[in-house]
Amino acid sequence: MLGLERRDLTILIAVAVITLFAPIILNPFPTGSALAQFNAGYPDLMQRFVIFGIFAIGFNILFGLTGYLSFGHAAFLGIGSYSAVWMFKLLSMNVIPAILLSIVMAGLFALVIGFVSLRRSGIYFSILTLAFAQMSYNLAYSVLTPVTNGETGLQITLSDPRILDGESSGLPVTSLFGAEMRDTTTLFVGPWSWDFSVGYYFCAALMLVAFYISVRIFRSPFGMMLRAVKSNQQRMNYTGLNSRPYTLAAFVISGMYAGLAGGLLAAMDPLAGADRMQWTASGEVVLMTILGGAGTLIGPVLGAGFIKYFENIFSKINDGILHQWFAFMPDGLENFVVAVIHPFIGKGWHLTLGIMFMLVVIFLPGGLVEGASRVGRVFRRRDRKADHVESDAARQRAAAE
Amino acid sequence: MTRQTFSRRGVLKSGAATGAGLALPTIFTASSAAAFTNAPTGSSVTLGFNVPQTGAYADEGADELRAFELAVEHLNGGGDGGMLQTFSSQALDGTGILGKKVEFVTGDTQTKSDAARASAQSMIQKDGAIMISGGSSSGVAVAVQGLCQEAGVIFMAGLTHSNDTTGKDRKANGFRHFFNAYMSAAALAPVLQNLYGTDRRAYHLTADYTWGWTQEESIAAATEAMGWQTAEKVRTPLGAGDFSSYIAPVLNSGADVLVLNHYGGDMVNSLTQAVQFGLRERQANGKDFQIVVPLYSELMARGAGQAIKGIPGSQNWDWKLEDAGTKAFVKSFGEKYGFPPSQAAHTCYVQTLLYADAVTRAGDFNPCAVVEALEGYEFDGLGNGPTLYRAEDHQCFKDVVVVKGAENPQDEFHLVEIVEVTPTEQVTYAHDHPMFAGGSLGECNPGA
Repeated sequence: MLGLERRDLTILIAVAVITLFAPIILNPFPTGSALAQFNAGYPDLMQRFVIFGIFAIGFNILFGLTGYLSFGHAAFLGIGSYSAVWMFKLLSMNVIPAILLSIVMAGLFALVIGFVSLRRSGIYFSILTLAFAQMSYNLAYSVLTPVTNGETGLQITLSDPRILDGESSGLPVTSLFGAEMRDTTTLFVGPWSWDFSVGYYFCAALMLVAFYISVRIFRSPFGMMLRAVKSNQQRMNYTGLNSRPYTLAAFVISGMYAGLAGGLLAAMDPLAGADRMQWTASGEVVLMTILGGAGTLIGPVLGAGFIKYFENIFSKINDGILHQWFAFMPDGLENFVVAVIHPFIGKGWHLTLGIMFMLVVIFLPGGLVEGASRVGRVFRRRDRKADHVESDAARQRAAAE
Repeated sequence: MTRQTFSRRGVLKSGAATGAGLALPTIFTASSAAAFTNAPTGSSVTLGFNVPQTGAYADEGADELRAFELAVEHLNGGGDGGMLQTFSSQALDGTGILGKKVEFVTGDTQTKSDAARASAQSMIQKDGAIMISGGSSSGVAVAVQGLCQEAGVIFMAGLTHSNDTTGKDRKANGFRHFFNAYMSAAALAPVLQNLYGTDRRAYHLTADYTWGWTQEESIAAATEAMGWQTAEKVRTPLGAGDFSSYIAPVLNSGADVLVLNHYGGDMVNSLTQAVQFGLRERQANGKDFQIVVPLYSELMARGAGQAIKGIPGSQNWDWKLEDAGTKAFVKSFGEKYGFPPSQAAHTCYVQTLLYADAVTRAGDFNPCAVVEALEGYEFDGLGNGPTLYRAEDHQCFKDVVVVKGAENPQDEFHLVEIVEVTPTEQVTYAHDHPMFAGGSLGECNPGA
């Protein structure tokens, strides 16, 4: 169905089911219980999960297939956001034109940056993309302040023209033909509460489309060419093939994915700041992809979720909460335990994430996906020799390095 | 590919089932619909304190957090009550807010608009915060204020000094107690005239974001009105670290005053480097060269050390003021933490009290009722003398403190001495003043 093999179809359906029920899956603990701290099922974070999932899926098309490591993908994210906010300011609060423009603009920028950067490969390519991204960041931060509003970030205001929309009394909200993105229905079942938000399901639907397109690219002859670039570009050139159009196409496609993600970020929360283009943001998507499993289909989405979860949940645990948890211990021991854990929570979440990243890279070079498939193999000894799509890709990647 | 056949009956059946499934959640929500976002239902109410815990303004953020904790303690009847006794409104009685115990959640803004909004968003959506306060950068304050307006909660701005916060970016759900760049300029100009005369040429170094722009505009306008000339205005990136390349051109610019529109770590660096360049020993146009830092704080004075001596600037509040409110606050803060509070701590403490008081007077947590209670509200006893929350732009009008770096400080808490307290009338402006024009409050948004 849908032009997919059965295995890929299974993955697609699994992803669809998980995203559909994410508001329930991510809120496993009853509201008000001590463990509610670890619930991640609130609209803003779920939206970030799927949006950064899209970002990572797009990055994986470039990095996972061709092996070209771009350190400047955040530039496209930022360009997408700025384009979308300008659409909200000038045209309409409907998200469709905003997202279309952000994809197109990011694609155009990717075409220019890719055309220059792809003249080199390996580390030189990475440095070139990094340079372009830093240039975009600095332009947005101080030079182009009339367009980007500098450090404050671009926001919508009451006095914007918004040609297609009429006058509104309060600050208008982003919507899809009347369905407001921030609209949320909360479902109470016993002690649990689950938030179903319009914005989340809109993003999730787009992520499924993005995921589907990515699967098709992975399984297409075009994808095969990209893999060939990764395994041995020189040999490919000797056979008389010009690989650059393929890599440029991959670069532009992944730039458009990043633009879509940026546009969605702005559609969920109509603000675009220069921080989004900083090199740390570019590094983050590299981490997401490697953590989840580069070159696998589902890996980048897992990695994105993993990192965003740490950023938003671990960073909010403070000493007060720790003392609550360990209140059953004698005072001296309690303070000691809290002091030991202290550097790893709150503003120290980066440290925890760094350790996890090291452990994954050392023991699971194929990322979380490899971990999952190893666990899977233990339970299904019979098909230990059976070929699995994901482990296959992970192995290929390990071999290529 | 598999081939599928659709029968009319099958489509009708599955369509009806899907419709019923989608409609199901609504039966649960009908009764739980509230009149406004995060209406407190239990025995407690949650406030969100969103401050920079990492980055250039982390010192200010840490002090703000201390003040918030103290405010919550006092609201819940703990400690010695602090400013609750001196506050002109006696609606608060130490039983929380409207009988509900006050709880709070904290977050890190990282001094980035994006991170600050994500953090505020999680407080609103996950923790059910009904009011957000904090912020130590005007860029962040403007961004979070916009978010609170959309979400339908109250934003009580912390340390934000840009004209735009209550100017072109003002919002109905946002309130600012801190003073602003215009007020700094209006208070500082007469003092500068006394100190340095009316024939001066000023050179501006300005942090390149909303606060720097409005501060530069305000100071330039105020000094030009008394006869000064402006030699040049140079924008520097936020967090530049090294300012020597910006300071060297000052020497040959023909200017005899350097105005540093910097704050936090930037101000510490630029001032120290300007002094190292020997600017203060120089003569220009036959006069001694002078340096002015329009926005001051004790924390920055501590960072700049020797360089700060004799340099004039302005503050929202100083712990050495002599009124009853200030004394009560400094006493309880000092007892809890062992050192006097900064002006950032003061404004955050006061904002929390003002919010709690407004809710109590309105008898309702609904943001629109709170807005109504705060608009045009006059109060006293919170450290700045009689103060008005103006209805037109949600800005507080009160006295401004003009200070300068102490020549011989007795300890690290007396680095700044008060020159004069500028009365409210002198710093008041029309709400449609050109520097604040272009914005509108819109209507209060209760959300939900």
